[in-house]
Amino acid sequence: MSGSLDSYLILSGLLFAIGTFGFLARRNAISMLMSIELMLNAVNLTIIAFGAFVKPLNVHASVIALIVIAVAAAEATVGLAIVIAIYRNKRTPLVDEYDSMSE
Amino acid sequence: MPIGQTLPFTAVRWDDILFVVLAVSLLGSALLVVTMRDIIRCGVAMIASFASLAGIYVLLGNPLIAATQVLVYIGAISVLVLFAIMLTQTKNAPSRLVFQTQAWAGAIAAITIAIIISATILATTWPSTGAVAWTATSDIATMLFGEYVLPFEVVSVLLTAAVVGGVLLARREPPAGKEDRS
Repeated sequence: MSGSLDSYLILSGLLFAIGTFGFLARRNAISMLMSIELMLNAVNLTIIAFGAFVKPLNVHASVIALIVIAVAAAEATVGLAIVIAIYRNKRTPLVDEYDSMSE
Repeated sequence: MPIGQTLPFTAVRWDDILFVVLAVSLLGSALLVVTMRDIIRCGVAMIASFASLAGIYVLLGNPLIAATQVLVYIGAISVLVLFAIMLTQTKNAPSRLVFQTQAWAGAIAAITIAIIISATILATTWPSTGAVAWTATSDIATMLFGEYVLPFEVVSVLLTAAVVGGVLLARREPPAGKEDRS
């Protein structure tokens, strides 16, 4: 089981689906950012799994995964800063109350 | 005394046991992240899912990525998320209103995505070698600072921009008429 690429890919697909559900269903902006982190982790798992099982991709996959982790860190920094900036004005972290553009 | 490749007296391989344990803990804690009502507990469950994923990276023969996962995700991003949670949660916030009213539609979409991805994976023949190849850290370093040096530099610029942007977005506006000298 641990020696087949399929099991890792399906694990990653399930993790991505869980992240999708969290992103669509949660009301709290920080919960949505946490779900995005889960999805990014699923993508990273796919990259590393391909690198481990496909010989020509071995080293490339690790480098790409490192770059993805760095980009995810940048995304988390800016995303959480935006959430805190909005919270300071609206006094709520719930995304469906951010409706100042609707009227 | 070496432990051997399999569980004693059986034909079950240690790798398989570890994979099942880590996969169950990864998916279980990820489900807790998206379903629990107390968002602080969601953050702690997220740390557990990152740790399980680090274990899976080790199983995949990539200890450097596992160490990076622990350092960056558990050490930095989780702490950032927990700080943001503590800064934005008020006592009088209605904690029972966790899910959108259309959460069932999100659940249907997520299940559809899971089914489509799994069916695609099972229907495709991947060019897999059937065994995990370990990745030497020195090879990663040679590749990162050789062939991939331009993406590396672009990422460093991106991180600088993210730090500046984060500070700019999160700082308080200085009071009107008074120059901010801090």
